[in-house]
Amino acid sequence: MAVLNEEQSMIRDGAKSWVQERSPVTAFRKLRDGGSNEGFDRKVWAEMAEMGWSGILIPEEFGGTGLGYLTLGLVLEETGRTLTASPLISTALTATTALLLGGTAEQKKTWLPKIAEGKAIGTLAVDEGVHHAPEKIALKAEKRGAGYVLNGKKSFVLDGGAADFFIVAARTSGTPGDKDGITLFLVDTKANGLSRQTVKSIDNRGVANLTFANVEVGGDAVLGPVGGGFAILEATLDRARAGLAAEMLGQAVQSFETTLDYLKTRVQFGQPIGTFQALQHRAARMFTDLELARSCVEAALQAIDRGADDVAQLASLAKAKAGDAVHLMSNEMVQMHGGIGMTDAHDAGLYLKRARVQEATFGNQSYHRDRYATLLGY
Amino acid sequence: MSAAAAMSDDLDVFRAEVRDWLQKTFPPSLKGRASMMLPDAGRPTDPDFLRWKKAMGEKGWGTPTWPKQYGGGGLSREQARVLAQEMNKIGAWSPIGGMGVMMFGPTLLEYGNEEQKSRHVPGIVTGEVWWCQGYSEPGAGSDLASLRTQCVDKGDHYLVNGQKIWTSGAQYADWCFCLVRTDNTKKHEGISFLLIDMKSPGIEVRPIKLISGNSPFCETFFTDVKVPKENLMGPLNGGWTIGKRLLQFERQGLGSGTGGPMRGGESRSLDQVAKEYVGTDDKGRIADTDLRARVASHMMDMRAFMLTIQRAMGEAKGNQGPSATTSIMKNAGSRIGQERSELLVEIMGHQGLGWEGEGFTKDEINTVRAWLGGKATTIYGGSAEIQNNIIAKRILGLLDHQ
Repeated sequence: MAVLNEEQSMIRDGAKSWVQERSPVTAFRKLRDGGSNEGFDRKVWAEMAEMGWSGILIPEEFGGTGLGYLTLGLVLEETGRTLTASPLISTALTATTALLLGGTAEQKKTWLPKIAEGKAIGTLAVDEGVHHAPEKIALKAEKRGAGYVLNGKKSFVLDGGAADFFIVAARTSGTPGDKDGITLFLVDTKANGLSRQTVKSIDNRGVANLTFANVEVGGDAVLGPVGGGFAILEATLDRARAGLAAEMLGQAVQSFETTLDYLKTRVQFGQPIGTFQALQHRAARMFTDLELARSCVEAALQAIDRGADDVAQLASLAKAKAGDAVHLMSNEMVQMHGGIGMTDAHDAGLYLKRARVQEATFGNQSYHRDRYATLLGY
Repeated sequence: MSAAAAMSDDLDVFRAEVRDWLQKTFPPSLKGRASMMLPDAGRPTDPDFLRWKKAMGEKGWGTPTWPKQYGGGGLSREQARVLAQEMNKIGAWSPIGGMGVMMFGPTLLEYGNEEQKSRHVPGIVTGEVWWCQGYSEPGAGSDLASLRTQCVDKGDHYLVNGQKIWTSGAQYADWCFCLVRTDNTKKHEGISFLLIDMKSPGIEVRPIKLISGNSPFCETFFTDVKVPKENLMGPLNGGWTIGKRLLQFERQGLGSGTGGPMRGGESRSLDQVAKEYVGTDDKGRIADTDLRARVASHMMDMRAFMLTIQRAMGEAKGNQGPSATTSIMKNAGSRIGQERSELLVEIMGHQGLGWEGEGFTKDEINTVRAWLGGKATTIYGGSAEIQNNIIAKRILGLLDHQ
């Protein structure tokens, strides 16, 4: 665990006890079984906002606390432990970051206070295919008068069904694959010609596919430079990746701890199965991997707060290592629990399903290994 | 001014002093030649090295945080970090090392009596006295506590008979810290920690030739070796606790030091070596896509490991010394180091399989030797499997099989 200041420790401890009391895994299970379309509970989100979590990245002048990415990561780690479903990732982390990095004064003034209060949900609409590929954007934005007309599709948008606004990565010039020619737009979800279809994924969160059919936006909808939005998009994604990695880390740690408890209590052959060396050595390796992953996640979040110049490398490292960790922990959670881990009544399946969606979001391990190599020039 | 600000001002002053002193004292000819310190290299005789060693020894900066009263540097952790940073910046390295610094010294400071500390710490601090480790025996490897080297109380002295193995650098050592059996009726509680002068009559040292062609380890035979009674460290039959503590220091050193990921041979980053031997595609990527993916994966593991060392240093509060988490570092460091060696040999192709002589560069030969020698890193200092046992039991609280 990184060395924390007093405020950070308080927030971390507060999050720890809140998730246990107000948002244990049973709450997520209830949400799932209740058939919610949005994928999270608005009352719970209001509580989280009241504690200030929706505004951790938002400067005080816009109603937040401006405590930074490591602090938000601490909260995400705790919510990850209990699979807490909320717009923390989509809104408090990703959309907020995009507004902070590229938003106009007007856009910030309109949306940031509402996000801090928990009254607005925003999300980034970037990918269009089955895999994360931010440079392959095809959704077209054509200049018409003072504004633009958007046509195309977006897929697997986080909290896409519940969102009040989208930050849409569109192409104003060039062809898919070009980094130049990408422009970000802030689009109200009630805009004419915009339709959304929620998708039921294994982790039961509220993702949606979007269709833009002649959606007209004003010139004031542009976020960042026209045609030069890729840098802001990548910087936003890197912050989103690091934050998501913190959630994954918390979830991986919980998968491991639940499994470790089981190794100490499940008796076979007259003794706890955790006395068997075959399982002990796997547990030792899992613990080692978690420690290494934690170093990467914390280093990435700290680098963002510091304004370091290797954020991109560290974000890819964190996402990949947290991905490897949550992948291994979730698989071993099922395997080491044996038959009970295969049942829907046990939590193992919930952790496994969420893990795979997190891994695929904003680039899986393979994506980030390739990107890491490219960033380092090989 | 706050206390913290005053402290950081003091550190700045200290940093300036260190920089100045290093500038004047470190011989540029030694830059990048830290491999002189490897145990099987013998005692360096380079005059620049000797001057540098003397200067560092007088400052106590080879053992920066050890107490001043025994010749140590007496520096705080923060000051020691500053010293390390400044040395790194100019490619300087400590000429004072080996087992005395890494393992025995810290244990001696914790468990030795006043007389033992006054007698033995100064020689380690100046780098004059070399120590070797008498732990493993032919029949006591991973099951170290089954060791049988006999130590019998003869009234005014102890008499030692038996054989140790894998004693690193025994052929050059002045002294040996040794685990001996003083009670045959008990296992762990029958072991004592004894300091033996290697010049004592009855000691014979035979170097063992390894697969790497080098001989960093020896067999050491003890035949009726007389040891003065004041050389018993800690209580009679209380050596196991001390011996284990020393192993923690060893794991810590092995995880982060020469036994860690960067171990001899090619010193460039893997991607540079791969570009040279394998070539690149039109986008400047390593031409072999499968290799490129594995290089990236390895380099990310290496970065994760380095970040973990940094994190552990940041988290270490006060001077508590190593904790059980050193097992994690030892295992991760040795595994990642071996992966690097394997990749290097693969990348160099047949040039990475040379044994000696013409046709191979020095770096290529050293890489091969380091790859072979590095196989020892998951065996010595407690094998990877033993470390996993320690992690499972001490950190995770899993019980022994009944």
